[in-house]
Amino acid sequence: MPSTTINPTRQELTRLKNRLRTSVRGHKLLKDKRDELMKQFMDVVRENRALRKRVEEGLMRAHGSFTVAAALMSPEMLEQSLLYPKQSVELDMTFQNIMSVDVPQYHFKTSSQDPGEVYPYGFAQTSGELDDAVDAMSQVFQDMLRLAEVEKTSQLLAEEIEKTRRRVNALEYVKIPQMQESIKYITMKLDENERANTIRLMKVKDMILKEAIQEKREEDAKAIRTFASGSEAPRQV
Amino acid sequence: MYKIAVMGDMDSVLGFKALGLDVCPVATPEEGREALHRMAKENYAIIYMTEQLAAQLPAEIARYKDALTPAIILIPGKEGSLGIGMANVKTAVERAVGADIL
Repeated sequence: MPSTTINPTRQELTRLKNRLRTSVRGHKLLKDKRDELMKQFMDVVRENRALRKRVEEGLMRAHGSFTVAAALMSPEMLEQSLLYPKQSVELDMTFQNIMSVDVPQYHFKTSSQDPGEVYPYGFAQTSGELDDAVDAMSQVFQDMLRLAEVEKTSQLLAEEIEKTRRRVNALEYVKIPQMQESIKYITMKLDENERANTIRLMKVKDMILKEAIQEKREEDAKAIRTFASGSEAPRQV
Repeated sequence: MYKIAVMGDMDSVLGFKALGLDVCPVATPEEGREALHRMAKENYAIIYMTEQLAAQLPAEIARYKDALTPAIILIPGKEGSLGIGMANVKTAVERAVGADIL
């Protein structure tokens, strides 16, 4: 069905043909983009799932130890032991471009490299479970950072894929068929006009011919009449 | 320089303090909402949030989902995992592919 109002003119036809060419090209490019994004996304999502599983398990272990420590120590004591961390984390963020989607990449630096340095308290007054909890957390921390990166990437990619998929579908199933239909409509209309024009010319030509013949006949008849009745031939025929 | 924050109930997040992360203990969803918006405006690149808290702030989390920063990452609280984190991974797949194919 051609869209509501299109002018069946040659100018419009040229314009539509150009637009169709651009659309087909755009459609192809977007489709390629979608496929590549999808490929990247599947890798990221697989990693995301594995990491999340690992992080959740690790954190549950840490929470377990922490709960025991909290039960053994008074809440004030516990808070006090953790109040001033020895360790500090510096996070740096750069962006990586995956198929025109900016995804973050985190680089972090801990202030001290020694793994034994994470405990911000003396061992005398704290329970051993607290050490376990902090240890488990510092172990899982690497994975947690990686998880943040991967999960954000997968969210951003998912959004972009959704957008691209919509565009591809809109072009493929709505825009391009619509334009093809319009082009067909205009071509038909123009052809029809052409034929109408030819027929009109033929008709006009017929009418003019008929008139000319009529005139000729009348002149002939007049000539014959003069000749038959006449003494003299007409000076000119 | 960017910062990392951990949000959730006191007992779940206290341990992260030892790692040198910024800890933001939150008791009520309203407090969490306020803290989240405040931190999003500041220089926080990653905000870890317990699933227990996240379950009460779905709209706020959805708002930052498509933004580059902050990345809100759900972690299990001390009561255990609610499965929201995994469900989010699934949602992302469904959003991108149209069906869960994993």
